[in-house]
Amino acid sequence: MSFTTLDQGAEVTAAPPGARRRSAFPLLAPSVSVLLLWMIVPLAMTLWFSFQRYNLLNPEVSGFAGLENYEFLVTDPDFWASLTNTLILVGSVLVITVGFGTLLAVLFDQPFPGQGVARVLAISPFFVMPTVSALVWKNLMMHPIYGVLGSLARAVGMEPVDWFAEYPLLAVIVIVAWQWLPFALLILLTAVQSLDHEQKEAARMDGAGPVAQFVFITLPHLGRAISVVVMIETIFLLTVFAEIFVTTSGGPGNATTNLAFLIYARALLQFDVGGGSAGGVVAILLANVVAFFLVRSIARRLEV
Amino acid sequence: MRPRHRLAAVLAAFVAACWPGSQALAQATVTIATVNNGDMVVMQRLSSRFEQQNPDVKLRWVVLEENVLRQRLTTDISTKAGQFDILTIGNYEVPIWAKQGWLAPFDNLPASYDVNDILAPVRTGISHQDKLYALPFYAESAMTYYRTDLLQKAGITMPAEPTYAQIRDIAAKITDKSSQTYGLCLRGKPGWGENMAFVTPLATAFGGQWFDAQWKPQLDTPAWRNAVTWYSTGLREYGPPGATSNGFNENLALFAGGRCGIWIDASVAAGLLYDTKQSQVADKVGFAPMPTGEFTGGPTWLWSWNLAIPATSKQQEAARKFVLWATSKDYIRLVAQENGWVAVPPGTRQSTYDSPDYQKVAPFASFVQKAIMSANPSAQTRNPRPYTGAQFVAIPEFQGLGTQVGQTIASTLTGTPVEQALRTAQSATERTMRQAGYPK
Amino acid sequence: MRSSRRQMLLATVLGWGAALLLFFPIFWMVLTSFKSEIAAIATPPQFLFAPTLESYAEVQERADYLHFALNSVLISVGGTLLALAFAIPAAYAMAFHPTARTRSTLLWMLSTKMLPPVGVLVPIYLLFRSLGILDTRSGLVVIYALMNLPIVVWMLFTFFKEVPGEILEAGRMDGARTGSEFWHLLLPLSVPGIASTALLSLILCWNEAFWSLNLTTSEAAPLTTFIASFSSPQGLFFAKLSAASTIAVAPILVFGWLSQRQLVRGLTFGAVK
Repeated sequence: MSFTTLDQGAEVTAAPPGARRRSAFPLLAPSVSVLLLWMIVPLAMTLWFSFQRYNLLNPEVSGFAGLENYEFLVTDPDFWASLTNTLILVGSVLVITVGFGTLLAVLFDQPFPGQGVARVLAISPFFVMPTVSALVWKNLMMHPIYGVLGSLARAVGMEPVDWFAEYPLLAVIVIVAWQWLPFALLILLTAVQSLDHEQKEAARMDGAGPVAQFVFITLPHLGRAISVVVMIETIFLLTVFAEIFVTTSGGPGNATTNLAFLIYARALLQFDVGGGSAGGVVAILLANVVAFFLVRSIARRLEV
Repeated sequence: MRPRHRLAAVLAAFVAACWPGSQALAQATVTIATVNNGDMVVMQRLSSRFEQQNPDVKLRWVVLEENVLRQRLTTDISTKAGQFDILTIGNYEVPIWAKQGWLAPFDNLPASYDVNDILAPVRTGISHQDKLYALPFYAESAMTYYRTDLLQKAGITMPAEPTYAQIRDIAAKITDKSSQTYGLCLRGKPGWGENMAFVTPLATAFGGQWFDAQWKPQLDTPAWRNAVTWYSTGLREYGPPGATSNGFNENLALFAGGRCGIWIDASVAAGLLYDTKQSQVADKVGFAPMPTGEFTGGPTWLWSWNLAIPATSKQQEAARKFVLWATSKDYIRLVAQENGWVAVPPGTRQSTYDSPDYQKVAPFASFVQKAIMSANPSAQTRNPRPYTGAQFVAIPEFQGLGTQVGQTIASTLTGTPVEQALRTAQSATERTMRQAGYPK
Repeated sequence: MRSSRRQMLLATVLGWGAALLLFFPIFWMVLTSFKSEIAAIATPPQFLFAPTLESYAEVQERADYLHFALNSVLISVGGTLLALAFAIPAAYAMAFHPTARTRSTLLWMLSTKMLPPVGVLVPIYLLFRSLGILDTRSGLVVIYALMNLPIVVWMLFTFFKEVPGEILEAGRMDGARTGSEFWHLLLPLSVPGIASTALLSLILCWNEAFWSLNLTTSEAAPLTTFIASFSSPQGLFFAKLSAASTIAVAPILVFGWLSQRQLVRGLTFGAVK
């Protein structure tokens, strides 16, 4: 599916006369033009504001700013930290969700009593709104005094971990991964279930153990599904915001400030629309760079 | 019906359901934006009385968490979108927004409102060029709360006017981490209205200030170094785990649950800590003034939550009626009737403090009043300063600035050396001030 | 066979262990919502306690749950329908009448999703103000539809691609026009795909917390705003927070449980050949 076929399709249909293309255009036009507007209008406004001195709280400051907002942004030490944090966050959540997602998918492919109910429970976190899951993790799970994890630690005679102070970024990663693991599980499970069982059976006859079966049969089969998980999750993970807003507000220091949060801090805490817009433009650039590499690598993978 | 039409019909039904209904009501609908603090929740509950008395006014409530509320309101008022008729804002915002012409003034108040009954420092805080631009709902200064039983057990007494050094010594003696009793609870959650509300007066007491007379940031001075060192070592050695996520509410929960020995915070907490329904330590709370340092007489802490009306509101009359009602003496009496005197919104009116009923149930009353009267938001710091504000700096940039510096200060609780944190804070502040065009 | 029974046992233990572990925070939230505020902060945490509905009562007293829930339903469904209305024709066109630019169009659509919404809040807010659609359900419906359009288009595209070309080809031989080919052949075949796309879009709409918080005040405010009024109030709040969270999450959670088979079947994004 996807990009290979897309490519082939593109090659094939580039040649034939425009009769069909004309009939398809009216169908494609509405959503493309709507998206175009959605993209272009705010983008144009953001670009415009990024070259302006525009602070909502201080209407006296105004006028053309040139590159001032951009200069202010890239000379901000928090900016580079936020880029690193964004990449670490996206990378770790991807590794965790794909890793555990694959294991769980294989697990839930086995028949066992109550499998249906267990599966329903396991995918539940995906339905919980990010604000709620962040609040629950912060107050009921990871709170060093009242939290369940703290009590567990005390029960075995350990000092409770103060998650949001000692391992803030890890804590955020855990929360986000908890939310996205079910998504990875769902897609990977569908993929595992579509696996040809005869092939597995044959491998087992040949004396391949469960590990060997997994490595040589299941895993290669999952390549495409993993690419899809990576792609979709990346889109959402680049803009993680609610979880950070609720738990750490980007801190301590700048330990959990990602790019989305930095833009929030500039645009809505300092109400510096100019600076926030410059951040927005950078985020768009980053998104396109990531999209470019992502798509490249996925397209390559799918051609194999 | 052919499928296409069916789909179209469903869509049309939805569009119809989503379109706002006709607003042709005789009533004036007033949208009130407020914080989800306890006193405001009571106001929301009691507002049905107001609606009964004023059948021509319909109230719509938008209750939000403080940070979300502030962001919503600022976006709305600065773009003049006019979504709200009554705003709940602090004495930080009122003068700044009034100066921009965003708020409607409260002049010609009826004699029955008795505006001179409002405590003078509170009144000054919400005036711009001698005109009131909001009316106060409740006001607070800060004070020291401590657990009388813990101090007694350790054989110490709280000095009548403690210093920060003494507070630390006492905290050291009553900390018992094995029983989850933490000697010192302070705000650690980053934010200009959270940890910086404590750290700013702390720095003042150590002889520091945000800016010198030429608007040059002063965060890397010895005064700040000493203040922040006191703060971060104190909290790290005697504070509860998770201090970086503790704001006012979290500390209140900790103290009310018996986990804190000493807590220095807003004076509104007194009413809550003495309330047996909300506090497990109601009979063991002692109080003392906010501690002092080497520099005394400087600004300490004055905060008020006020109701204001945006200049763009189309319901000026009805909104004004409600604001007068909710900040009146009658309202305070109403709360006293319903929930008892200990639960009335404090800090705004002399008449509250004159009430014998209030004095009887609130042993801290005169104390809080004194703290408010001596909060001095416009006093000088050790060196002259070009701005006003007690626990904040009354400039529009402070909201962002205070939060950014607050983050950096919070990081000293998790191991960043104080020196380094203050250098970071200093350079961030310099950058922001330069960007904002200071000195002006 | 011994080994297979042992394997089954292992799968049972691991499968249920993982499921319970993942579900525990939700379970704990629901449990806490039935505690009193004092019991909610007891250490060590209590599993046995006298359940009470007082938190629910207080939550309802302070905010009319049904108003928020109804808004959530209307906005999510509206946003999903609008997105489908735009996406189905587009995905159809891309899948069956691809051009040289189809691929880049699709990718470009996806990349629009990577822009953090905070970056464009002020422009959108100003736009909404000028159009007079702040705090209206239709405003949010439009935003949600646009927000989910890229994902929806892509999902549908992959489903349409799976429809065997021969069927359409056969239809075309019979002289079916593009329109009727679409309605009578393709749509029935891709109902499962459209259904699971709609499910995913519904979930994403329901849980969206940025636009809903910033573009609504009261009239059109959905459940995410409802949560924001309980997230960190004065005093003890764990039980009330849990109660508010539970009723905000419950509808979509139950809906998700009921429709999960459909979701599992459909949620492939073309990942399975």
